[in-house]
Amino acid sequence: MKRLVLRACVAAFAAVLLAGAPAVQAKELSGELEIFSWWAGDEGPALQALIDIYNKKNPNVKVINATVTGGSGVNAKAVLKTRMLGGEPPDSFQVHAGQELIGTWVKADRMEDLTPFFKKQGLMTVFPQGLLKNIGTDKGIWSVPVNIHRSNVMWYIPANLEKWGVKVPATWDEFFEIAPKLKAQGIVPLALGENWTVNHLWESVTLSVLGAENWDNLWSGKLAFDSPVAMNAWVEFTKVLEFTNADASTLSWQQATDMVVDGRAAFNIMGDWAAGYLSTTKQLAPKTGFGWAPSPGTSGKFMFLADSFGLPKGAKNRETALAWLALLGSREGSDAFNPLKGSISARTDSDLKKYNAYGQSAAADFKKDRIVGSLAHGVTANEGFMNDFASIMEVFLKTHSPVATAKAAQQVATKNGIGK
Amino acid sequence: MPGPVMPDQAIGTSMRNKDRISAFLTLLPSIILIGIFVYGFIGNTFWISLSDWGGAAALAENPVKSYVGFANYLDLFTGFLGGGFRQDLVNAVFYSVMLLAGAIGIGLILAMLLDNKPRGESFFRTVFLYPMSLSFIVTGTIWRWMLAPQGGVNILPTYVGLPPLRFPWLSSTDAILLFNWQNLLPIALYLVSLVLIIWGLWRLKNNPAKALVLLIPGVVVGGSVWLWGDLLPQALFMEEIHGFNTATFGIIMATIWQYSGYTMALYLAGFTGISQDLRDAAMLDGASTAKYYRYIALPMVKPITISAIIILSHISLKMFDLIFAMTGPDNGQTGHPALNMYLTTFRANDFARGAAIAIILFIIAATFIIPYMISSYRQRRSR
Repeated sequence: MKRLVLRACVAAFAAVLLAGAPAVQAKELSGELEIFSWWAGDEGPALQALIDIYNKKNPNVKVINATVTGGSGVNAKAVLKTRMLGGEPPDSFQVHAGQELIGTWVKADRMEDLTPFFKKQGLMTVFPQGLLKNIGTDKGIWSVPVNIHRSNVMWYIPANLEKWGVKVPATWDEFFEIAPKLKAQGIVPLALGENWTVNHLWESVTLSVLGAENWDNLWSGKLAFDSPVAMNAWVEFTKVLEFTNADASTLSWQQATDMVVDGRAAFNIMGDWAAGYLSTTKQLAPKTGFGWAPSPGTSGKFMFLADSFGLPKGAKNRETALAWLALLGSREGSDAFNPLKGSISARTDSDLKKYNAYGQSAAADFKKDRIVGSLAHGVTANEGFMNDFASIMEVFLKTHSPVATAKAAQQVATKNGIGK
Repeated sequence: MPGPVMPDQAIGTSMRNKDRISAFLTLLPSIILIGIFVYGFIGNTFWISLSDWGGAAALAENPVKSYVGFANYLDLFTGFLGGGFRQDLVNAVFYSVMLLAGAIGIGLILAMLLDNKPRGESFFRTVFLYPMSLSFIVTGTIWRWMLAPQGGVNILPTYVGLPPLRFPWLSSTDAILLFNWQNLLPIALYLVSLVLIIWGLWRLKNNPAKALVLLIPGVVVGGSVWLWGDLLPQALFMEEIHGFNTATFGIIMATIWQYSGYTMALYLAGFTGISQDLRDAAMLDGASTAKYYRYIALPMVKPITISAIIILSHISLKMFDLIFAMTGPDNGQTGHPALNMYLTTFRANDFARGAAIAIILFIIAATFIIPYMISSYRQRRSR
């Protein structure tokens, strides 16, 4: 009954819109807006900043901030799925841009194409082409990215490197040269954490072995996982793992980063949320206190991941949701959100003065680098593949055989329709 | 149980009918609710497990589900990509067995100690029972800290001047008791024969005729598998080694810590129920404390042992939160089918396969519980 009334209201509202479109444009929005996300902890203030701006612009809209806590949205995604299956979609929800959205929701025909919205808001030109390619399909663009994080970053403490007499390696071969020296001094060359950070390291290593072109081909189905080229990535990965800490699987990513800060390890490869952790929690100054470089062999490549919001079909408050998306895509919105979140704006015209030294350097790279998507954070592969990738890693850690692992990976890719 | 005698038989019958009707009406809401929300949904899950619901359009408004028979089950047990599930299943079996042995053994010892009324008995009773009141998430977090490689339990020896332990409790990649999944059938038959033989030997003293009925098939099964085992079909097309992962030790320790107080309470209640006269009589006849427990107390609390086994085994089969808190998802060494089911369903969107895992867990739990329910139902009727 409730839904019937709501539907009638929506229909009536749509009819009014159609009848007096120009007049309504100018009219103020009212009603409700329910946004669904997993930003409750450290990211809470950044989300609140966006909601504050939205409230100022649309004082008559009541914003319902539905958050479900839990790292990387494990729980939020499960709750969202039950809501969508039950026919109660939120007006707009947070989702990792790319295949995590496309493979789950676009393939199921639950999202609205945002191409007209992108054109109207002028977003087609302010976002880099490489980004648009990754958040869209041939049928449309499906979400508005709020932030950009970089995955292939290597972190270190400059003073420590000087003390140990090593330079930042630009390639893995350089790393393999200095790693034994570090090991001899009782220092872990590369700090590693629990299982997802292993996937995170894998994507950086693989990008360096394959190069950007082949990395893209891997996910479009043009390059097989068990081809000799792709198999090489596992060979390289075996070598890299030899220089990591043995207790990795019991450490969180923060604890792995701590090893670098405490001088127990030399390097750590982690996404650039580590910059926020190092500068805010550890009180280190960017550049002098802690340093960063693209992970070995990936200079000139920007492996991105992004949080984004989309518009589900059947959203109860479509108009207020579109206003929300417009705010997310705007310069004002993204420059309010990202400095607080510790990420950079997806727009190439953002106001860099608002960002810290790391953010400025990342934004500069984002503008000029070749952009590729991250696997571990949902850009390049659907959720089925991401889930099964855990078992691929399992096969690898158990057998240490690049051949068997690559074969398993190809089976998983076929099963999950990678590149289809 | 006959009711009070009514002067008029007809009134009695109508009263009883009325009673029955009102009892039925009182129960009806819960019958309907349980029918829908328990049995209806079990049935629905079973139906989903026979379909191919999953893949790209799994979350469409009206997802296409077509019937595929037992393909999901077959794939889990014999498919190339079911290796993770099989490992989890093996983990769950070892986990259940170790938990039962540990929690019942330690609980029993504690109960015997407290049964002799030491000073401060009620204080210790509270202390041992206390872990029960914690949630698994809390237990899991505490134990994860305590079992960290460079802290907690591992540095305990340093307090007495010994070198610290180096065992990676939760991250060990070693495994013992390895077996090849291909040989699943022969191994299962060996186990059956072993059980029959042990059971037969146990019965030999009291009931030699029945013992032979158990011993002969046991020896025949074991012998024929040993002779012609190669002829049995292999469960998988490739070699796949599973075993008891030593990383599970940490999780088993945490669960035993949480549940041995509970079994202690169960046993203590049983022991207290035994009449003091019986104990005095036994002592008078010259029984030692050990003999009293061995020949009198333990046989009398056998129903409690059975309930403890039932309760703990179904807890271990449903274990989710403790493992999630201690080692997180995607940790094959400590995986559990319940975790696998959640991730397969709600992360990979493979609803059919997730439902199949759920049904498998349900059937395993039922094999523990149904015999218990039948026997307790029979006992109640015979009383």
